[in-house]
Amino acid sequence: MTERTERVEPPEQAGAPGRVETAGRGRAPAAGPDAHPGGGPGAVRARRPKGRPLLYTAYSQDMALLDTRAKKVWLALLLGAAILLSGLPDDLLVLLAAGYIAAIGAIGLNIVTGYAGQVSLGHAFFVAIGAYTAAAVSGDPGGRTLGFGITSMLVWLPAAGAVAALAGVLVAPLAARLRGLYLAIVTLGLVFLGEHVFKEWDHLTGGPGVGRPAATPELFGFRFDADSALGTRAQSLYMLMLVLLVVFAVAARNLARSRIGRAFSAVRDRDIAAEVIGVPLTRYKTLAFAISSFYAGCAGALMYTITGFFDPGSFNLLMSVQFIAMVLIGGVATVSGSIAGALFITLLPRLTQELPALLPFVSADTTQTPNVFQIQVALYGLLIVLFLVFEPRGLFGIWIRVRAYWKSWPFSY
Amino acid sequence: MKGVLESLVRGLGNGSVYALLALGFVIVYKATRVISFAQPAFMIAGAVAVSHLAEVTGFYAAVPLAALLVAALALGVERIAIRPMVGRPVFVVAIITLGIDVVVRVVVNGFIGLDVRQVGDPWGLRLVEIGGLAVQQRWIAMLLSTAVLVALLFAFFRYTRYGLAMRAAAFDQETALAQGVSVGMVFALSWGLAGGLAAIAGTFVGTGQGVDQLTWIIALKALPAIIVGGLDSLGGAVAGGLVIGVVESLVQSYQGDLAPWLGQNFAVVTPYAVMLLVLLVRPYGLFGTPEVERV
Repeated sequence: MTERTERVEPPEQAGAPGRVETAGRGRAPAAGPDAHPGGGPGAVRARRPKGRPLLYTAYSQDMALLDTRAKKVWLALLLGAAILLSGLPDDLLVLLAAGYIAAIGAIGLNIVTGYAGQVSLGHAFFVAIGAYTAAAVSGDPGGRTLGFGITSMLVWLPAAGAVAALAGVLVAPLAARLRGLYLAIVTLGLVFLGEHVFKEWDHLTGGPGVGRPAATPELFGFRFDADSALGTRAQSLYMLMLVLLVVFAVAARNLARSRIGRAFSAVRDRDIAAEVIGVPLTRYKTLAFAISSFYAGCAGALMYTITGFFDPGSFNLLMSVQFIAMVLIGGVATVSGSIAGALFITLLPRLTQELPALLPFVSADTTQTPNVFQIQVALYGLLIVLFLVFEPRGLFGIWIRVRAYWKSWPFSY
Repeated sequence: MKGVLESLVRGLGNGSVYALLALGFVIVYKATRVISFAQPAFMIAGAVAVSHLAEVTGFYAAVPLAALLVAALALGVERIAIRPMVGRPVFVVAIITLGIDVVVRVVVNGFIGLDVRQVGDPWGLRLVEIGGLAVQQRWIAMLLSTAVLVALLFAFFRYTRYGLAMRAAAFDQETALAQGVSVGMVFALSWGLAGGLAAIAGTFVGTGQGVDQLTWIIALKALPAIIVGGLDSLGGAVAGGLVIGVVESLVQSYQGDLAPWLGQNFAVVTPYAVMLLVLLVRPYGLFGTPEVERV
């Protein structure tokens, strides 16, 4: 990070008479032992001095979820904007809702690949498990495909996550033994094996080319996939996905700054060094896969509530590559980057649809070359390559550069 | 028994295609420590190039031409997208190759069109009788060509200056550099070789059934082959490819009777199942060297 911070050891600050009066402020009693390193019983939770936004006087400030005022303001603005966006036309809202769901999945992949450094090309497999668990739990018991008729989201969403997480735990022993590209290939194999199973198990999946109905988004009797007094179908779905994305994103952000998140980073940066300083590798790799798969499962469960129907052929290598693209284009090991990347990739088809109007040689007809669909697929690949070569930190890195430019403006650094 | 032998020959034929692809993966891996996910694109590019060139020059001239073309394509890709990334984490480079694969395949698909393209091979699906076995001619052609190519390749690594340079660079890049080996040339050569091998493999994949927009998936079966054989072993790549081919062929013949609960077309995913089984027992494949980490 390029954040310039001025750090002061807490005990020294505590000695300053002007600051003792603020000792009782904040939520000191609730904080764990991590919160006052070396502070002893008299550790003081100093207030942030005015006019020095980057001066941290306590570790808890440094570790805070929103550690600068700018972040608080930006987050509030973005959330406000996201809520205001619900006034957009319905087709755009549905697209954005799909983007938010993809973001949940991308955050999941970022946890295992970005934070914990375990390359997974098998994300589509876990997404599929979540999607089928949710669809089966909420499905019609008398229908053509397997269903238990429990339509409440409170049941099927956690169930989808839990079953996917369990699959992640089952894969983990293999994954923990392998490193780097061996792992990438094994997870790739998982996608193919999963695709086969889902195509064959047609009592669950409806079979290829036929598909089955997705989970019903219903909470306390309120249907999100139908027009209601509160808004249109698209608006309800949009708000639901926005709220869920915020919940999952905050959870991931908190995870990343916890003991577990630091262990993940240690494993990623140098697994042997991490093991030497006492991070149990197998346990944390398993945990990373489990949490990542939980996110993937939830994303899968939600993904098809919008279209209402899905086919076992959807969970292929392309989906995994799309998730990888979201993470890499957004920014590795950043939650905000995952969201930006997911929105970018989801909105990309919409943007390429506009291309024939701008570039006359591009055809909207899929039987001609170059057509819109080809350009869209090629763009995934091209963007991955270009971002990795020119801006490895992704969209998040671009934001960091813009921020650094304006922070030090008019000086170059 | 006759059926088993026929499946065996078919497996060896398909397996030799996997072996060619796997050799490409391993050569690139040994030189750059990266698995090039661009191999499927090069394979399909080779097949499509042959299918277009064969109309002009005839099949036998088209194959080496296509191999050269694809090798040139691979060289270009290496120079533009891979060389600037030297020293970056291998995962990043591997994902770049994945991106390249997607782009190249879209372009190549434009040359395939919606129909199946024939590569214009002289064998088709014709059979030949060998010792009472009815064997497709193309399996024999694949097996023989692969045997010749593998022999040439091993001789190249063993007896030529460039082969020695490649072995040296694979053994220790920095030391090789210090001894005057141009490591950049080694990278380029490895990509070129992998591209050429992939193009020839693609041609063989296209014999008989032709090439369409989904043929590239076959190239991914070489990944289990290199994992089974061990990522850094050339011999392992050939062995892995043949093993995968034979197992797949046997499963294709007998799984329907012996284990119908595995579902139709289980043969398509057997390579991945075999890979998982081998990895459970030997995490570095059958012939790979276990990674020793110095702390």
